[in-house]
Amino acid sequence: MNTTILEARHINKYFHDPVTVKVLNDINFVINKEEFISVIGKSGCGKSTLLYILSTMDTDFEGELLIDNEMMGDKKEKELAKIRNKKIGFIFQFHYLLNEFTVLRNVMLPGLKLAEYSEKEVEERAMQKLTMLDIQHLAKKNAKQLSGGEKQRVAIARALINDPDIIMGDEPTGNLDKKNREIVFDIFKRLAYEYHQTLLIVTHDQELTGISSRTIEMEDGRIIRQ
Amino acid sequence: MNFKLLISIAKSLLTARLRQTMIAAIGVTFSITMFITLLSFMAGLNDMLDGLIVNRTPHIRLFNEIKPNEVQPVLISEEYKGDYNFIHSIKSESSRQDIYNSAAVMTALREDERVLGISPKINAQVFYNDGIVDITGVLNGIDAQAEKKLFHFGDYVTSGSALDIKNISNSIILGKALAEKLHANLGDMIQVITIKGDRFPLKLVGLYESGLRDFDKTQGFASINTTQKILGKANNYITDMQVKLKDITKAPAIAKEYAAKFDTQAEDIQTANSQFETGSFIRTLISYAVGITLLIVAGFGIYNILNMMIYEKMDTIAILKATGFAGRDVKTVFILIALSIGIAGGMLGLLLGFGLSSVIDQIPFKTAALPTIKTYPVQYNPKFYLIGAVFSIITTYLAGLFPARKASKIDPVIIIRGK
Repeated sequence: MNTTILEARHINKYFHDPVTVKVLNDINFVINKEEFISVIGKSGCGKSTLLYILSTMDTDFEGELLIDNEMMGDKKEKELAKIRNKKIGFIFQFHYLLNEFTVLRNVMLPGLKLAEYSEKEVEERAMQKLTMLDIQHLAKKNAKQLSGGEKQRVAIARALINDPDIIMGDEPTGNLDKKNREIVFDIFKRLAYEYHQTLLIVTHDQELTGISSRTIEMEDGRIIRQ
Repeated sequence: MNFKLLISIAKSLLTARLRQTMIAAIGVTFSITMFITLLSFMAGLNDMLDGLIVNRTPHIRLFNEIKPNEVQPVLISEEYKGDYNFIHSIKSESSRQDIYNSAAVMTALREDERVLGISPKINAQVFYNDGIVDITGVLNGIDAQAEKKLFHFGDYVTSGSALDIKNISNSIILGKALAEKLHANLGDMIQVITIKGDRFPLKLVGLYESGLRDFDKTQGFASINTTQKILGKANNYITDMQVKLKDITKAPAIAKEYAAKFDTQAEDIQTANSQFETGSFIRTLISYAVGITLLIVAGFGIYNILNMMIYEKMDTIAILKATGFAGRDVKTVFILIALSIGIAGGMLGLLLGFGLSSVIDQIPFKTAALPTIKTYPVQYNPKFYLIGAVFSIITTYLAGLFPARKASKIDPVIIIRGK
């Protein structure tokens, strides 16, 4: 079952402002399907930067990125958006939901954008995901009325809506209290080992490395252990 | 499907900040209201001023001018043909002032499809006499009925009736200022003296008020028959033929045609009142300039609000982009927001503009110069509403385009990592 879903080849990244600094240095690794990978390292070691490159949102880098055996380098903005929509689910540290919409609508939006299913089907699927995360009772609430932990769980449901090949998280538990952190850890565990979802989570949290199947450790823009 | 989704996103963003949206829309509403009101009012005033001249002026006037004959005998002579002939101090001959063959000309004009109507006229220099005072003036022999129908003569007769000069023999209508000078009241007898010295008593049956007092000081109106009698002329004596056309813009061309056809002078309204047309054009230009300025100002208002909105919605834009919305989708959303502000505000503006101009239309406006005008004039022209609608959509689209492009170019990474 070890098929490659994401591959990074010789990725280098520079920041040019105010002086040119090399933040990523020859990053090479492979993520296989059904792996649960945590990326750890000190602040400023470049792990978030790497995540944004892997997520196709940052295109200003050297090297090659393959998602599902497709080269990302020569794709247009619109095509990259489509790949993010279909193949990648996102969980952020601070930016959870769109406050203008209800919880259900927030979860549905990427599904509606993909337009693979009708609106009614997308709604059913969104309810399934919410039920799976045990937050179906929040569906009709406005995003603004939720607590931080609830919001993050809704964000995970949103990341799942299009059955992505890989879920990426940028410190998803960094802003949560202990109780909610544990709930999110549980969810990750269930996703990885019950639903066989591929996960790539950037974190400070040593506890997360305990439940992941593989840990990539970074320092000064290099991978020092994987 | 995708477009429907973008519409629903735009709708949610709009309704999430309803007050801000409404302020933007009110900006558009205000400027469209003002645009419509201003243009309707200005056009109404313009029409009124135009009416001062155009209503009373024939589109084409046929007449014989006193001037030297262009074809002098020496030019006809076979003997000097081909030579250069110089003739000094040519004098105008005392040729007839009336139109040749006037009955036939009238018939021809009446049969012309382009002509709305004609009104023959006699122009005569006379003295109005009151006791020992002689006042120089003009006596106009007119066909009261045609004059009333074509040139609104009746509107300007403020006391008495315009048709009385036709119905009462030997009667006259005088300019109000002239009657005051003569100390004449309705029913009094007025002495009219021709240039040849003949004296005629005429009964004053009406007063005429044109709005131009100097003009009124010299004018008198009598029927054609009466005037012919006073001047001692036959009943085919007509000095002017006033033509009103169906389409005023064709006047210069038709005037040229008539000049050749009837062998008379023919003057069109555009030539006779060219300064007037310039004034009218400039007034229209000013009102359009002010109106469009208003719309552009409103456009900047929308631009500002959308710009602000984009700064506020940075997070939203970043999340949308991260979850798979392309830059173009984001741009469409913001253009939709701008357009819906423009359309909603614009439509309301058109309605309010109509309302406000109807209010102006009700405000009393009485002036001695314009006896027919009772309230401020307003022109209800669908063209203004069309321009207002189109322009409100165009300005809001442009005002939305730049912020929308900016939003589409926002880099989600910078925002997501920014906090």
